[in-house]
Amino acid sequence: MSARRPLPRWADIALLPAINLAMAFLVSGLVVLMVGENPLHAIQVILYGAFGYGEGLGYTLYYATNFIFTGLAVAVAAHAGLFNIGGDGQAYVAGLGAVVVALALDQTHWLLAMPLAVIAAGAVGGFWAFIPGWLQAKRGSHVVITTIMFNFIAAALMVYMVNRVLKPATTMAPESATIAVGGRVPQLRQFFSFFGYSPVNLSIVIAILALIGVYILVWHTKFGYAMRVLGANPTASRYAGISNSKMIMITMTISGALAGMVAINEVMGVQNRLVLDYVAGAGFVGIAVALMGRNHPIGIMLAALLFGALYQGGQELQFVIPGITREMIVVIQALVILFTGAMEGLFRPSLERAFMLFSPEQKTEAIAVSTAKSES
Amino acid sequence: MDLATILSILDATIRLSTPLLLACLAGLYSERAGIFDIGLEGKMLAAAFAAGAVAAVSGSAWLGLLAGMAVSLSTTLLQGAAAITLKGNQLIAGVAINMLAAGMTTFLGQTWFSQGGRTPPLAPGGRFEPITLPFANELAGVPIIGPIYYELISGHYILVYIAFLMVAVTAFVLYRTRFGLRLRAVGENPKAVDTAGISVVKQRYQAIIITGLLCGLAGAYFSIAQGSGFGNNMTAGKGYIALAALIFAKWKPVPAMFTCLLFGFLDALQIRLQGASLAGIEIPVQAIQALPYVLTVVLLAGFIGKAVGPKAGGVPYTKER
Repeated sequence: MSARRPLPRWADIALLPAINLAMAFLVSGLVVLMVGENPLHAIQVILYGAFGYGEGLGYTLYYATNFIFTGLAVAVAAHAGLFNIGGDGQAYVAGLGAVVVALALDQTHWLLAMPLAVIAAGAVGGFWAFIPGWLQAKRGSHVVITTIMFNFIAAALMVYMVNRVLKPATTMAPESATIAVGGRVPQLRQFFSFFGYSPVNLSIVIAILALIGVYILVWHTKFGYAMRVLGANPTASRYAGISNSKMIMITMTISGALAGMVAINEVMGVQNRLVLDYVAGAGFVGIAVALMGRNHPIGIMLAALLFGALYQGGQELQFVIPGITREMIVVIQALVILFTGAMEGLFRPSLERAFMLFSPEQKTEAIAVSTAKSES
Repeated sequence: MDLATILSILDATIRLSTPLLLACLAGLYSERAGIFDIGLEGKMLAAAFAAGAVAAVSGSAWLGLLAGMAVSLSTTLLQGAAAITLKGNQLIAGVAINMLAAGMTTFLGQTWFSQGGRTPPLAPGGRFEPITLPFANELAGVPIIGPIYYELISGHYILVYIAFLMVAVTAFVLYRTRFGLRLRAVGENPKAVDTAGISVVKQRYQAIIITGLLCGLAGAYFSIAQGSGFGNNMTAGKGYIALAALIFAKWKPVPAMFTCLLFGFLDALQIRLQGASLAGIEIPVQAIQALPYVLTVVLLAGFIGKAVGPKAGGVPYTKER
C-alpha cells in the first residue's frame, strides 16, 4: 500500500494511543460486565481511590515512581532497537547494591546514603543488563531470550542471597536486617502531612530527574543520536562509523541502571529492608508504560501515572466491590500491551485512510486507492 | 544410592518433564514457522485454568482436557491475529498473552469459585488416573527389568505417553511430510514459499493451531493430571523453561525430548536435594533451580555449540506490492 501517507504527528502520538487505550478499557469493561458488576461504578471507585484523597494520591505516586523507572528502562533500550524484557530481574538484583550501601551508612545521613545507594543500585542493575547486552553484541545471542533467562537467574540468586547471606541470625523471615533511619529515603509525608500514611518518598525526585536525563540523553546528545541511528538501521549506523556492539552494551547498561532505581524506592523508601519479590512485576508494567508512552519521557510519565492510578485504584476496588479482585488491573495492563503494542495495526490503516479523506490534496488519491482495491 | 532411589528420581523426572516437553514441542511448531513464541507460559496457564474449572464443574477429565485445549487454541489465535494478520510485534504479543492469562485466571477463578483463585478439588472422575501398562504387575517381581518397567515406564498419566509419542510424530511431520517441509520453509524463507504459490499466512496459522493444541495438553497436565485442580500461577515459569529447552535443543524434536528430560531431571534433583551435600560442600537448591537458564544462556552465547534459530523468526511477512 504505497499510496498510504503516514499520520500527522499529533494523531500518531496522541490520537492512536488514545483509541488503543479506549479499546483496552472497553474490553476490560466487558469483562467486568461479564462477571455481573457495573464497570462505570468500578471506574468511579478507581478514580476516587487513586486521586480522591491525599493518601490515595500518595500511593498512586509511589507506584508511578516504580513504573517511570521501568518504563524508561524499556524505552531507552527500545530507542536502540533492543527489547529489554528483563527489567524485573535488573530491578531485583539492584536491591543488593541498595541494601548493602544503606545498611553500611545507616548511622550517617540520608544525604550521604541516598546518592551512594543510587550509584550502587544503578551499578548492580546495570551490570545485570550489561551481560545480556555483551552477549548480544559479542556473541549474537538474542537479548530478549537472555534477559528472560536473567530474570529467573536473578530470582534464584536473590532467594539465596537473602536467605543465606543477608538474613541476620536472629530473624526467621526471609529478609535482610532493617535499615536504620539514616539509611532511609525520607517520605514525602514528613514534609506534607497531606499524603497521610502513603509510602511516596523522595525517590520520585530521582524519577523526575531520570525523565529529564533520558530526554536530554536521547534527543540532545551525540550518544543519543547514535543510539537512535542504531535502532532505526543497524547497517547504516555501522557504515556511519558507529560501533554497534559498544552502543548495545552501553545502552543495555543504562537501561538496567534505570530499572535498578526501583530498588531505591522499594528497599530504602518503603520496606526499609530487602525482602523477596519486592519488584512484583514492575518490570513488566514498564513494557506497557513504554509502549503507551511512545518511548518519550512525557508519554512515560503520563502512562506511569495511569498505571500507578490503576494499581492504587485496584487495591481500593477490591474493598468496595468484592466481586472484582485486583488482578483485574493485570488484565487491563495486558490489554493495553496487546492493543497499543501488538495490535497497533488494528486501527492505524483505517485511521490513515480517514485522515487522507480529510486533506484535500490526498483525497483524490485515497479514493483512487479504494476504487482500485474494490475493483481488484 | 540404591536402585529404588534412582528409580524414584527418574520417575519424577518423567513426570516433571512431560509438561515441558509438550510446551517445547508446541513452541517448536510455532518457531519453526517463523513466529517467536514467548507466550507459551500464558497459554499453558490459561489451559490449566480452563481444564481445572471445567473438570471440577463437569466431573469429567476428558471434558476438562477439551476445554483446556479450546481455551489455549483461542488464546493462540488471538496472538496469531496480532502477530500474523496485523503484523504486530511477536514478542510483545507474547508478553501480552502471558499477562492476560495471569490476570484472567486469578480474576475469574476468584469470581467464579471464591477460593482465592483456586478451582475446587476434583472428584475422582475429574482427574486423569495413572495407567498401568499390561504385565506391569506380573513383571514387577523380576529383578532389575521388573522395577524399571513397573516404576518407570508403567503407571503414568495418559498425557505422559501422548507427550513422548508426539516427539516421534513431530519428527515425522517435520522431516517426512510436505506439510513439514513447507512449515520449515516458511520459517526460513517465506518469500520462497510465497513465490511457490503457497500462502505464508495460512501455513503460519496452521502451525500455531498445533502450538495451541499442544499447549492445551501441557496446561491440562498441570491441573487435572499432576495436580488436582488449578492453583494460582500454577505453571510457575515452566513455559519459559520450555522456551529455554527449545533453544537448547536447537529447534529439533528429538533433542527437545532429551533437553526436557534433562531439565526435568534437574527439577527432580532439586526437590530431592533440599539441604543435601556433595563431597562435603552443600549445594544451594537455588543453583540447581537456575541451572536450566544458565545452561541456555551459555549455549546461546555459543560457548557450547551454537544455537541459530529459524532465519525468518520474529519478522511478520509482508507481500511486496
